Amino acid sequence: MFKDLARMGEYLGQAARLMVGLPDYDTYVQHMRMKHPDQAPMTYEEFFRERQEARFGGASGKCC
Amino acid sequence: MNTLLPKLGWAALALLGAFALGVVALSRGETISALWIVIAAVSVYFIAYRFYARFIAYKVIGVDGSRITPAWAKNDGLDYVPTNRNILFGHHFAAIAGAGPLVGPVLAAQMGYLPGMLWILAGVVFAGAVQDFLVLFISSRRDGRSLGDLIKSEMGAVPGVIALFGAFMIMVIILAVLALIVVKALAHSPWGTFTVAATIPIAILMGIYMRYIRPGKIGEISLVGFVLLMAAIVVGGWVAADPVWGPMFTFDGKELTWMLIGYGFVASVLPVWLLLAPRDYLSTFLKIGTIVGLALGIVFVAPQLQMPAVTKFIDGTGPVWSGNLFPFLFITIACGAVSGFHALISSGTTPKLLDKETDAPLIGYGGMLMESFVAIMALVAASVIDPGVYFAMNSPAALIGKTAQEAATVISQWGFVVTPELLTQTAADVGESTIISRAGGAPTLAVGMAHILHQVIGGQGMMAFWYHFAILFEALFILTAVDAGTRAGRFMLQDLMGTFVPAFKRTEALIPNLVATGLCVAAWGYFLYQGVVDPLGGINTLWPLFGVANQMLAAVALVLATVVLVKMKKQRYIWVTVLPTVWLLACTLTAGWQKVFSENPKIGFLAHAAKFSAAAENGEVLAPAKSIEQMQQVIFNDYVDAALASLFVLVVLSITFFGIRKVLQALRSEHPTVRETHHGVHAEAVKA
Repeated sequence: MFKDLARMGEYLGQAARLMVGLPDYDTYVQHMRMKHPDQAPMTYEEFFRERQEARFGGASGKCC
Repeated sequence: MNTLLPKLGWAALALLGAFALGVVALSRGETISALWIVIAAVSVYFIAYRFYARFIAYKVIGVDGSRITPAWAKNDGLDYVPTNRNILFGHHFAAIAGAGPLVGPVLAAQMGYLPGMLWILAGVVFAGAVQDFLVLFISSRRDGRSLGDLIKSEMGAVPGVIALFGAFMIMVIILAVLALIVVKALAHSPWGTFTVAATIPIAILMGIYMRYIRPGKIGEISLVGFVLLMAAIVVGGWVAADPVWGPMFTFDGKELTWMLIGYGFVASVLPVWLLLAPRDYLSTFLKIGTIVGLALGIVFVAPQLQMPAVTKFIDGTGPVWSGNLFPFLFITIACGAVSGFHALISSGTTPKLLDKETDAPLIGYGGMLMESFVAIMALVAASVIDPGVYFAMNSPAALIGKTAQEAATVISQWGFVVTPELLTQTAADVGESTIISRAGGAPTLAVGMAHILHQVIGGQGMMAFWYHFAILFEALFILTAVDAGTRAGRFMLQDLMGTFVPAFKRTEALIPNLVATGLCVAAWGYFLYQGVVDPLGGINTLWPLFGVANQMLAAVALVLATVVLVKMKKQRYIWVTVLPTVWLLACTLTAGWQKVFSENPKIGFLAHAAKFSAAAENGEVLAPAKSIEQMQQVIFNDYVDAALASLFVLVVLSITFFGIRKVLQALRSEHPTVRETHHGVHAEAVKA
């Protein structure tokens, strides 16, 4: 029961973060370890900044 | 037995939906509960999703669950990430939901709730959701590329450039109309102005926290931000009541316009982490929370609809916006039924996050159904308030005068009996000095939301809080859109100018940045200012232009989808995209034509210009102008608007022309000629 609630919370947190353009950091780290073991993954702080710039840096507007 | 039970369930749902629709459509004279609209809408959504979306997915385009999507093929953990479908649904919905589906239905309510409701439902099922879904599918089979790129590669370079240029002009109109909504809501409202102004320091505080104090901790600081926002609403009430502070936050439309223009310029050259990003977080969470809250509120309160099902204004004489039911109702509702802008989102971040092609119906089609539900709720909110109050709020001062007495007399003559006391009492209830001529949708929606929500939390004493909460909620994400849109417009413009002066391509250089931002702000600022000084309220002019532009972009996206269907050799099912395209072309071309050439000066820009020219020659001055120079300005504005409407018509006609040519070409070929990218299917990927 508590485990389910905790998982649900994690899930909602992920959903909320992706709504503002921040994908899951753990997934990113896992991806880097699997596919690019030679490169050091960004720290969470770097990852956060990189995503923030990417969300607003281009010519993709917001919706009406 | 296994197949019988679900079938019975769907049949029961269909019956329930049909019954609810019957209640909504056939009741005359007596008021009905808003719940009937909600039940009818939700039944339609489920049936459309279960049957039509699946039909398109499996019969028409053939989604393939084993096919490797760009998220897998180009996985980088950043832009391309295979994402759980429910989480992606949230992301996509948050990206498409904006002010459009809230404002359009409120304006459309002048014809009664029935015409608007029918188009919101029919439009989303056969046009809007189809467009969003197909563009998502098309983009995901081409590495998640953008709409402009897709048109370029499937239809040719010229239509690609035309579409991009059209998208830029639409962006300008959207920003102007969104900013106008904020101006209309905040004019002479110290409470609203203080609350909205307070979002700037709150956002900056959040930005600094997320950058330097606890980097990247969005959740905790967003909660703090939310609490501060609620405090700002309460303090706003004190400020408005204070004899010293109140007048300091009281501005007229023109002053607010210049502030917004200045804000737009400064905010879009600041670093994103300082103001834009934190405000975006706040507005996104508040938007989702409010939509959920409003849905619960409507279900719990089950308010009665006060607006008639159909008003006498279906003859096109309505005060809120001019023009006949066809085509202008379909232009006015805009985003809640079909929105071309969504094609930009469906070919933006979402296709890069798609785990499996079989998730696309839920995200593309389902996401748009959800957006349509937001439009239905806005229509409900506008229809639960007294019709007399609705018309007092949405009619221009040129028609109903400036005092409660005058307004009540005029509106009662229209057949919507209302007393001046009710108008002043409503204004007092929501903590404003006046509610008369607050066109633009946001204040009406706010009164409707306050009407519903105060019955759940807080009672009568909380009306004013809920009203300003609703204003804040809309202003917050409109300002985010203005800021992000100016930034996006600047990048588009630098790209465009870069083809002539290469130095302009350098988006990081200060001078080109400032010049492009300035041009972008000037473009939307011009239309905003023109709208604010318009005695007919501006919404009258700008909203139809926006609607035409937005629906035209949808037609462009559907033309692309048609071309792709034929290139896939699926011409058997071409009606899926051709029917909505033809309908949208009929609506937008008729509306575009009438906006330019109608002989009625209320509708046609040229007729309006002619009327003013004739008066000017006789030395007469017509309101709103106060001098001959201002008369010339009005005439000039009319020509600009006429040129813009013509330009939109030309854009959509040329894209249609290129589309038909491509379709004929593809029909001659015996093999599919689509240009999809192939990354194989999943079984191979595992072995590799």
